[in-house]
Amino acid sequence: MSVLSVRQVSKSYRKYPNELVRVASWFGWRSAETQTLEVLKPISFDVQAGESVAIVGQNGAGKSTLLKMIVGTLNPSSGSVHVHGKVAAILELGMGFNLDFTGRQNAMHGLALMGYNQEQIEAVLPDLQAFAEIGSYFDQPLRVYSSGMQMRVAFAVATAFRPDILIVDEALSVGDAYFQHKSFERIKSFQQMGTSLLLVSHDKTAIQTVCNRALLLANGQIIQEGRPDDIMDYYNAMIAEKENSQLTQQKLTNGLTQTYSGSGEAKIMSVQLLNAKQQRLDVVSVNQDVQLLVRVKVTTPISQLVLGYALKDRLGRVVFGTNTWHTQQLIRNLQADEEIEYAIHFKASLGEGSYSVVLALTDSENHLNANYAWLERALIFEVINTDKPVFEGILWQENNIQIHREKS
Amino acid sequence: MLRVLLSYRYFILSSIKNEFKARFARSKLGGLWLVIHPLAMVLVYALILSELIQVKFPGAAIDNAYPIYLTAGVLAWFIFSETVLRSLNLFIDNANLLKKIAFPKAVLPIILLGNVLLQSLLLLGAILLVFAFLGHFPGIQILWLPLLFLVTLLLGFSIGLILGILNVFMRDIGQIVPIIMNFMFWLTPIVYTLAIIPETYRHWFAFNPMAHLAGAFQDVLLYNRAVDLSIMGVLLAVALGLLSVGAFLFKQAKAEMLDQL
Repeated sequence: MSVLSVRQVSKSYRKYPNELVRVASWFGWRSAETQTLEVLKPISFDVQAGESVAIVGQNGAGKSTLLKMIVGTLNPSSGSVHVHGKVAAILELGMGFNLDFTGRQNAMHGLALMGYNQEQIEAVLPDLQAFAEIGSYFDQPLRVYSSGMQMRVAFAVATAFRPDILIVDEALSVGDAYFQHKSFERIKSFQQMGTSLLLVSHDKTAIQTVCNRALLLANGQIIQEGRPDDIMDYYNAMIAEKENSQLTQQKLTNGLTQTYSGSGEAKIMSVQLLNAKQQRLDVVSVNQDVQLLVRVKVTTPISQLVLGYALKDRLGRVVFGTNTWHTQQLIRNLQADEEIEYAIHFKASLGEGSYSVVLALTDSENHLNANYAWLERALIFEVINTDKPVFEGILWQENNIQIHREKS
Repeated sequence: MLRVLLSYRYFILSSIKNEFKARFARSKLGGLWLVIHPLAMVLVYALILSELIQVKFPGAAIDNAYPIYLTAGVLAWFIFSETVLRSLNLFIDNANLLKKIAFPKAVLPIILLGNVLLQSLLLLGAILLVFAFLGHFPGIQILWLPLLFLVTLLLGFSIGLILGILNVFMRDIGQIVPIIMNFMFWLTPIVYTLAIIPETYRHWFAFNPMAHLAGAFQDVLLYNRAVDLSIMGVLLAVALGLLSVGAFLFKQAKAEMLDQL
């Protein structure tokens, strides 16, 4: 069942030559001089019960506008939003709080504004106070609060009752690490109880751990929709995308998607994972010595070349990554048709699971200035535990447990 | 609509309470200031003008007729101007709320009217106390007051709503209106009586709705005269007419208003 359906919702702002023309327009008069600025083209999508959807995109892509229309603080210019159930939203900082009132008064006021009655509010207030954890400040005026404390109260108010849809707009990045964990925990527990989540964030890890679908918004349109890690790869590649560069995605046989982008001055010709005997590997045992062999070909003369590589786990989190800028192995003055071979030796000190290799060819420490090539999921390998005692996690570390047992 | 408002009744009540508290959040006398301001105004006018203007009150058989006349008019004006000026900034003042939380917008005017009503009742209480000191006890006609309150609030709100919507887009309105209100105060027989106005100009006052309302308050509180229902009917019709214009404007302008705030 879909708890939220967005149908052909668009937003445009009208620019009137003067305010009298605006007033006249309310009575049906249309002026030729009125300009229309479309910030969101008609967008449709559904959110199913219990589903968590991330909306990603660069600043100005229309993410917040879209959320505001779903929440109802902005009216769409066309289309409709249907919500089945209760919505709670944390948009920007604060919730229209009054600085002269105490946290308690503001919390009660905020809950009342969400449509709860006195008994419900009084019943939930002790929990809310306990969750916010701001001690005696709860009964002091908001103007003496730090922004983090205001955020705590705002989050506690917005999530005091479990909504059917929770909308969070970049709010999670505020507050200290402790409260971030705590709020994340609450969001996850809501998720398990069936709350749908709509999240706008630039935090890749947050998106990949919480969401099961992502929408990529650019220039007021949904340009990609799919698994969060695919979308995030595409988004990262898009940020690096320069003129003349190409961006392609292809489905791999194992159901994953490979993203290739870049301006093409240098290309990745082949990637191989080899063992000590130079044999190709798909399955690696924990702590095995392996070699990543990357062949690169230069197509147009470039002054500097850096190879970056990273290992990502199943959820798309980077386990390890570095580049030849950081290792001070920058190559200069490359000619066309030059070929370079990089042999990267490392120990696969990884936990069991599937890992992917990301490769990037750039001119310096990051891909913002030049992005010759960017290859997500260049290679995928499985790590299995063949000779180590059973362990959890994505990291293998040598360990030595000593036990002293004393007779009493 | 009514059911939605009913479900927000706790919010409405707590908002009225909060707004009242917020206005006097860090003052010692608190709500008393509300009463002190208009009464001080009455005092100033009474002290200065009662000597300058020799106003005759043929209809009232008591000594302190002028301060009572003045106070009755000030009460009417307080209700009207407070409603107009607050409605003028209704959307701008609540921008923070409108932008961050979705809620039925109709609760805002109700909170506003509730607040003005609460203040007016407090002022009325204080006024009746002052009257008692002056040895004046209004008669049975005081029962007209609820109707007068209603018409004044409604008229003030319907004018204020239209201005308030326009004020979102043209902030000059927020500056001009208080000036116009000041003129209107002096064009309404509050500190003077209609009798001192030359006959030739007097009929112009018929077009000032506040002249009728102030007159009605004076009738009820000072002269113990009944209210002219036909005039009240006309005023009510004007107020409802303006209110529907305001509601239409709100419906048309709502989306753009949210964009603009």
